[in-house]
Amino acid sequence: MGSIQNIVMIIISAALVNNFVLSRFLGICPFLGMSKKLETAVGMSAAVTFVMALASIFTWIVQKVFLQPTWLVSFGVAADKVPDLMYLQTIAFILVIASLVQFVEMLIQKTNPALYSALGVYLPLITTNCAVMGVVLINIQSEYTLVESLFNGVGAALGFSIALILFAGVRERLEDADIPDAFKGFPIALISAGLLSIAFMAFQGLAG
Amino acid sequence: MNYRKVFMNGITKENPVFRLLLGMCPTLAVTTSATNGVGMGLAATFVLVGSNLVISLIKDFIPEKIRIPSFIVVIATFVTLVQLIMEAYIPDLYESLGLFIPLIVVNCIILQRAEAFASKNKPFASIIDGLGMGLGFTIALTALASVRELFGNGTLFGLEVMGAAYQPALIFILAPGGFIALGLLLALLNVMSVKE
Repeated sequence: MGSIQNIVMIIISAALVNNFVLSRFLGICPFLGMSKKLETAVGMSAAVTFVMALASIFTWIVQKVFLQPTWLVSFGVAADKVPDLMYLQTIAFILVIASLVQFVEMLIQKTNPALYSALGVYLPLITTNCAVMGVVLINIQSEYTLVESLFNGVGAALGFSIALILFAGVRERLEDADIPDAFKGFPIALISAGLLSIAFMAFQGLAG
Repeated sequence: MNYRKVFMNGITKENPVFRLLLGMCPTLAVTTSATNGVGMGLAATFVLVGSNLVISLIKDFIPEKIRIPSFIVVIATFVTLVQLIMEAYIPDLYESLGLFIPLIVVNCIILQRAEAFASKNKPFASIIDGLGMGLGFTIALTALASVRELFGNGTLFGLEVMGAAYQPALIFILAPGGFIALGLLLALLNVMSVKE
């Protein structure tokens, strides 16, 4: 089958080659906003990983069961009579993600108060993290299976975490650096991100 | 209420890209050519005006607790409209903006304006705010995209500008160039605002 190989390729491609933050430009807001301190960067990464993996599964199911119910064919519905609800995709997916985030928030609050107080503030922000919405749309566009979608989600989250944590390390150093006035704050952060992105370009050609 | 001030607020003082650093994903991702920049900016402006108007009309009926999901549904509706309209009438642009059209729904600018302005103000003021913010976003995207297209490809809106002898600095169109060009542009703005 070579499916394990396939899954490894998907993870490497999502995490390194097409790094979500540095080459696909998804999830830039939390990348810039949450990277001032290493600690918050780690917390945000954990929360995003959790939500991305779950969102990949749930949106895939929503897509196959409701939006493009091709399974109806095996129940005797003619292929051209199968309803096509693709135009509802954006609304359906954002609702899935929003409710998932809410659910995860409540779950963590009940089961692990320590983790909740660490992640608390970041969780609601994940709803508007375009990396999550991006990965679920890419899953559908690439026609991944359920398992492939899950691993694409995990890989993307891994890529997001790597970029965020590396960048947080860089920015902590920048705090102490002597920077020209005009470049203080975001300009120098963006240029450092650009250099990080150049480093990630070296992964091009690693996978297909 | 001073409508002129509300309108200009989005373009200058609280420019979403240059001042608030919101909506960074589309800002960096689609600005490889000036045409894309304008297209993305206008699409987002349409969504902003529409969602601001609707949210300010229904703000009194939305319970406090579920306001964010309600806002998102309103925004997603307008994004779907834009998606269908663009796919039907300007398929080329729709194709080149790709994933980032549905992703307008998670553009922080739009939710931020819903939360910070439309949910507290009258419909007309909200439309003006949406227009100002949208235009500010469009201007920022076009500026960044022009710089990147000019240096990275030697063209502007697809027209040859730099002449045949110009060797394009491809890096500006690639991912790292987006970060670096925006960083330099922000630093330039800082220098200019200090001088004023």
